[in-house]
Amino acid sequence: MGRRLLGAAVTGPGVAAIALENVTLGYDRRPAVHHLSGVIAAGELLAVCGPNGGGKSTLLNGLAGLIAPMGGRIGRGGAAARDFAYLPQAAQLDRAFPISVADFVALGALRRKGIFGRIDQAESDRVANAVAAVGLEGFETRVIGELSGGQLQRALFARLMVEDGGVILLDEPFGAIDAATTDDLLALVAAWRAEGRTVVAALHELDLVRRAFPKTLLLAREAIFWGDTEKALTPGNLAAARAMARAHQADAAFCQRDESEPADAL
Amino acid sequence: MLYDALVAPFVDYPFMRRALVGALATALAGGPLGVFLLLRRMSLAGDALSHAILPGVALGYLAAGLSLPAMTLGGLGAGLVVALSSGAVARFSAQREDASLAAFYLVSLALGVALVSLKGSNVDLLHVLFGSALALDDTALYLLAGVATITLAALALFYRALAADTLDPVFLRRVSRFGEFAQYLFLSLVVLNLVAGFQALGTLMAVGLIMLPAAAARLWTQDLTRALLLAGVLGALSAYIGLALSFVAGLPAGPAIILAAGAIYFVSLVLGRAGGLIRNLTPRRHLEG
Repeated sequence: MGRRLLGAAVTGPGVAAIALENVTLGYDRRPAVHHLSGVIAAGELLAVCGPNGGGKSTLLNGLAGLIAPMGGRIGRGGAAARDFAYLPQAAQLDRAFPISVADFVALGALRRKGIFGRIDQAESDRVANAVAAVGLEGFETRVIGELSGGQLQRALFARLMVEDGGVILLDEPFGAIDAATTDDLLALVAAWRAEGRTVVAALHELDLVRRAFPKTLLLAREAIFWGDTEKALTPGNLAAARAMARAHQADAAFCQRDESEPADAL
Repeated sequence: MLYDALVAPFVDYPFMRRALVGALATALAGGPLGVFLLLRRMSLAGDALSHAILPGVALGYLAAGLSLPAMTLGGLGAGLVVALSSGAVARFSAQREDASLAAFYLVSLALGVALVSLKGSNVDLLHVLFGSALALDDTALYLLAGVATITLAALALFYRALAADTLDPVFLRRVSRFGEFAQYLFLSLVVLNLVAGFQALGTLMAVGLIMLPAAAARLWTQDLTRALLLAGVLGALSAYIGLALSFVAGLPAGPAIILAAGAIYFVSLVLGRAGGLIRNLTPRRHLEG
């Protein structure tokens, strides 16, 4: 995988790809991410860890622009939410739909070509490169319903590569994936980083995070810790995250925290 | 003998030719539309929408009697209101689309029955429900052909968007502004075809010519483009066989066409090469890899 995979990505040292200012996200007035502030630098490789229900998926949904913040601001460094490539947890896809792997991966070109544009030679090459990079050569004409879970995840990664986003959001990308596939996909993530892309991934396997992600946001509705991974994933922080997650209030009052005042930055 | 049944009716009688043209137009556009309904798991939504059209048709009928333009406009209005608002409810409230569609169409159907009972006899209602394929005038034919043309053009033009929206709506919404509208465009096309089809076959039978050929086509092929073509072809075949059957056996045209489509569906269900009964229940030797 030594060759350069895809086109140019927006980058530069110290440039903020994403800036969160006192962001609250959630559903039905209940915050799943509560008063979160911080900066994700361009080219950073950030893991979002935390207990189930801690707001990892909600945060990625918010970054991808699929839900609007209930409070605060999400800055995207001049980019629009739709410029971010985003891999949701795979369940939302209709796997029974009769589409070949190659066509499925080519959907990543929709952002550039729109719904009417022709998939030209350059795009076809991009698709072929992406299919090869994820190790699905020979599967191009198979329908996606015939793929195993790991192969489908590879196809989704290939579609992400064709999207060619400067910021890539991954929600539990290695959820039910075996070690070999995980290693292959992690190598892709490393290659994206080498190309200067920003990657934010929600993950629950801490060993994997320690191995491959230099920065971690430990999230349990509020940020427990945001910084270097080895400092984030200490027993003390993890225990604090678990304790936060349990405190669900059935009769929660209105949040009185000042919206204009950023919460403690980390 | 075969000539008498299959060719002579259409050569000898202009009203049979008109019926054939109208039914073919309905079938050619309806089949591909049905394939998308099937893929979206909305097979029953067509049925629900056809009921939703009734109050509009009744309003048109109350206002102008048995007038095609009035009833078509009324049906189109009612169908679009129900389809688009139930889509919007699903998008912006916590309720899912099947629940909102059911609620809207039930209210709409009740309104329709109430309106029809205010004026007019049951005979008129039967006419609306079961169509009048053997009495299509020029206006009706132009309407059917026009709707079929619009539908096929829209399906071709927005094919990529409709397919992507069916496969992965969250993805399409994220990468294209059109993601928000694909669902509404599709439902509008369904309503348009149902309203046009109620002239040729009746509101209830129009759904049959959309769903049955589509369900049959999916039993023969995994490939989407082939399924779209095949659904149109099987629908056209049903229209032709059904009309001939209605002439020979003295059956009403609408039910005869749907029975023909049903026969094709059952044959496909047994023999279909992509998931038919024989294929699925017969053990076959496994491959090497």
